[in-house]
Amino acid sequence: MKFSQSWLRSFVDAKLEGDEFSHLLTMAGLEVESEEPVAPPFGGVVVGHVQAVDKHPDADRLRVCQVAVGAGEPLPIVCGAPNVAPGMKVPCALPGAELPGSLRIGVSRVRGVDSHGMLCSARELGISEDAAGLLALPADAPTGSDVRQLLDLDDHLLTLKLTPNRADCLSLEGIAREVAALTGQPLRLLEVAPVAASIASARQIVLEAPEACPLYCGRVIADVDATAPTPDWMRRRLERCGLRSISALVDITNYVMLELGQPLHAFDNARLCGAIRARMARPGEQLRLLNEQSITLHDDILLIADDRGPLAMAGIMGGEESGITHETRELFLEAAFFAPSAIAGRARRYAFGSDASHRFERGVDFGGTSRALERATRLILDICGGHAGPLSQATARLPERLPVRVRASRVARVLGASLGAERVGELLARLGFPLAREGESFVVVPPSYRFDLAIEEDLIEEIARLQGYEQIPAAAPRASLSMLPQSENTRSLPRLRQILADCGYQEVVNYAFVDERWEVDFAANAGAIRLANPIAAHLGVLRSSLIGGLVANVATNLRRKQSRIRLFESGRCFFRDDAGAPVHGFRQPWKLAALAYGSALPEQWACATRNVDFFDLKADLEFLLAPLVAEFAPCPHPALHPGRSARVTLAGQAIGFIGELHPEWQQKYELPSVPVVFEVDLDPLLTARLPQFGEVSRQPPVIRDLAIVVDQALEVRRLIEGMRLNGPPIVQEITLFDVYLGRGVEAGKKSLAFRIVMQDTEKTLLEAEVDAAVQQLVAYLQHAFAAQLRV
Amino acid sequence: MHNLDQIIQAATSAFAATDDHAALEQVKAAYLGKSGQITGLLKGLAQLPTDERKTAGAAINRAKEAVESALEERREAIRRKTLARKLAAEALDVTLPGRGQARGGLHPVTRTLERIEALFRSIGFEVADGPEIESDFQNFTALNTPEDHPARSMHDTFYLLDERGEVAPGVLLRTHTSPIQVRYMQAHVARHAGQARMPEIRVIAPGRVYRVDSDATHSPMFHQVEGLWIGENVSFADLKGVIADFLRRFFENDDLRVRFRPSFFPFTEPSAEIDVAFMSGPLEGRWLEIAGCGMVHPNVLRHVAIDPENYIGFAFGMGPDRLTMLRYGVNDLRLFYDGDLRFLRQFI
Repeated sequence: MKFSQSWLRSFVDAKLEGDEFSHLLTMAGLEVESEEPVAPPFGGVVVGHVQAVDKHPDADRLRVCQVAVGAGEPLPIVCGAPNVAPGMKVPCALPGAELPGSLRIGVSRVRGVDSHGMLCSARELGISEDAAGLLALPADAPTGSDVRQLLDLDDHLLTLKLTPNRADCLSLEGIAREVAALTGQPLRLLEVAPVAASIASARQIVLEAPEACPLYCGRVIADVDATAPTPDWMRRRLERCGLRSISALVDITNYVMLELGQPLHAFDNARLCGAIRARMARPGEQLRLLNEQSITLHDDILLIADDRGPLAMAGIMGGEESGITHETRELFLEAAFFAPSAIAGRARRYAFGSDASHRFERGVDFGGTSRALERATRLILDICGGHAGPLSQATARLPERLPVRVRASRVARVLGASLGAERVGELLARLGFPLAREGESFVVVPPSYRFDLAIEEDLIEEIARLQGYEQIPAAAPRASLSMLPQSENTRSLPRLRQILADCGYQEVVNYAFVDERWEVDFAANAGAIRLANPIAAHLGVLRSSLIGGLVANVATNLRRKQSRIRLFESGRCFFRDDAGAPVHGFRQPWKLAALAYGSALPEQWACATRNVDFFDLKADLEFLLAPLVAEFAPCPHPALHPGRSARVTLAGQAIGFIGELHPEWQQKYELPSVPVVFEVDLDPLLTARLPQFGEVSRQPPVIRDLAIVVDQALEVRRLIEGMRLNGPPIVQEITLFDVYLGRGVEAGKKSLAFRIVMQDTEKTLLEAEVDAAVQQLVAYLQHAFAAQLRV
Repeated sequence: MHNLDQIIQAATSAFAATDDHAALEQVKAAYLGKSGQITGLLKGLAQLPTDERKTAGAAINRAKEAVESALEERREAIRRKTLARKLAAEALDVTLPGRGQARGGLHPVTRTLERIEALFRSIGFEVADGPEIESDFQNFTALNTPEDHPARSMHDTFYLLDERGEVAPGVLLRTHTSPIQVRYMQAHVARHAGQARMPEIRVIAPGRVYRVDSDATHSPMFHQVEGLWIGENVSFADLKGVIADFLRRFFENDDLRVRFRPSFFPFTEPSAEIDVAFMSGPLEGRWLEIAGCGMVHPNVLRHVAIDPENYIGFAFGMGPDRLTMLRYGVNDLRLFYDGDLRFLRQFI
């Protein structure tokens, strides 16, 4: 809501200026978003009356004007404006005047002619960008009077960012009421006298949807001049409140809406037929609106209709056909109360809004409907002439305003500050609502213009506002404390994030809505959850995997000349699932994913450069999981290279995957080398284990190496697991320390070297026991895997 | 005995002239070896008369000890010198960079969330989480925002399509973290059903939220932290105290000015917007909107079966993205969601 402070001053004489006034409103909950002067500072500019215009003797484009400025002789002033003409009234900067931009005006010689001042354009006065010519002032402007006063240029414009509960402040009168309550200054309400009917024409009003429209006032005004000009004062106020002047009739309805908060609508009475009906739309009915949009109506849209059909979307926008034009001679003027629930959300559904719908959906004062109609009637008669018919009114059940009890003790409990009943009463009284005191309580009846006061807390907020939130003390919290659980069996997400960061990965946060093709490519998910209203087509579906985002991050960073990229993200992923909870139909697990791209180590002098591979990332994942130990089994995944991908299993439960990106996606997403990724469910990672003490052996370990040749395709995991299960108990550790293929090893075979650590907790091992153990392992390997011992 | 002194002197200088162990051992032989001078003198003792033999023998032995001591001294010197040469040869360029992995880092907003959690934990707040696809009911209705309430237009909500391509009824992407407070309260009430007094609720709920809005100062996905404290006597004054304390601790700035001004949220009454102003730095003196808060609306409490006459408390919701921007001087919100390593690495 943008408004002019000088207009406001006609309702309440708040002696507050500039920042102080803005602060007052902001701290009362009417946030001042901006405050700007109508014009920059300047002085010494008066109304000049151009009496004569002569050509400049030495310059084709310049004129020498004789300008009367009140007292004294007319001043000779040189002027280059194309529109200067005798008889015109214009702003004249006298010698000594200071214009915006610190331009000081003196007597100057312009091409040999003395100029005693300067005639000004609107731009030179800093009030608009219009520099095409001199600013023409009204013919009746008193010559010699101060232009700042004449044009009310000391005015300030304030823009309020109103919360939806304060629709009562969507008018000058409403803001004034608030200012009066805040400052204690008297409120000067506009006196509106009913206009006596001078003609008999009237229209019957039928409330067919009395809940949606419980009050409708209307009247016919005949013989109006729709082409009458809008008076300057009205035009100026409208423009300062951000409304463009359109025609006198439209301007008057807008003016009254700004003044009193009641939206009005004027129909061309000649285009109406029969009674005015406020009714719900019938499905499929059509209406062409004033904004030239044709819409099909739903049955929850409230209409103003006549006997023929829809005329307007009630409280939202009028229809084009029944609207007024310059040819309109006879009006039907409407002022009504439409229930907020009948208006709210409707305009948004058709992707538009209006000043009227903005007000009606928040609540318009149903106690001021006919007053606004009378006010508008008066202005129309004064400005456009004409004859008014009688005011017709139809009323049904209006919203109730039930008394609310406010206990001083509850005020103290909610606010944490005891104001005392006296003070509570005093503050409530300032609101001007009907009020009765009953001991330490007050009974308040909220007024028809407030839609946000229904319970005690609502009035406690009013009390706190008027008292000033700043006056309520800030207390140090007091609580009865008990310690929060601190389970050692769990790990937190922050801890996991920190491990990955310490492993060299940078955390990113990507949008949860992604490109649909990522879902197809990286998760083979053709049924991704689609947004009804995405911000862009390429952000249209909810992700079921974090991989797409990470791959996109690589592309972004490669463009920025980063060549070594390690990223991770944790976040929810989204799946349709009939068994999903807590929101039915959806499963929303947290996942954790990481990606490594480029060289395995940062480029450095001490290590040979090589690209990161599967086993680098696997090590990081194992490090992240420790002390949990995962199993890795080959498993194809749509995102991954089929021979270089694994399913990650924890205690028999699949928790995710790891692998190289599929070469096809590497090519499609234009990545010069291949990223390695993993993605796991977060939940299983959050378990840890309580450490359990075990006896430490005092016996020396014996170490033997064992080299064998087996089929290349044989999984090492099977060998190690097999040896663990089939070896003697003294075998404590089996570590693979070499894998070799190539010269000296038959094609299709690989050589593996294991280090076997043997130890007994009780005694020193004998050579024979060790030999027997190794022999047992070798025999097992030969038998189970046809392994050959390598010597 | 002049001769002996000469031998000692000669040996000492001969030792000094050597530079390594091999040369030294050779020179040693000339004095102490089988046919060395000292050895020769000792052998010659036998030819001396018995009465002279004792004195001469003692003198020669002293000389021998002196030569041996000179030899030992020289050996030590050579050892040191050799070691020094070896160590010098082994010297590293310690200015070369260390070998190994680089460190990664947390996202700046994560840093902020962790700080917020730590600060609130320090006064006994738990941390809760909730679903991001949320029911319309929990996101709005349970928070006293019925359908078509004008406050719903304050949130431009993302809706979902069902499998037939129609707008899925009753679900949305949560527009704020406030539904977590509802879920938490429900669980808390259920946990303590039947007890004469319900223990206090102190919880914060950080998370990602979604609104249809995208420009330099709005991201369609951003973060919020919801906070809730319900007890028998938790007041607006407590709210002011907790929030002001938090903000001063968060920014590590005791001069920070904090103000509360009336605002509107359907789920709190009275409601307030929280502004802060720094007393120095590039934003000095400007009021910056940082959070919304208020006393939990009685309807919200009633909805979760808490009697507002017995229990009362406050809720707040703040924007960690904005807090992060202010804390580190980040000037563009979009940087948080762009994955640009050059930006993110600044927060390691």
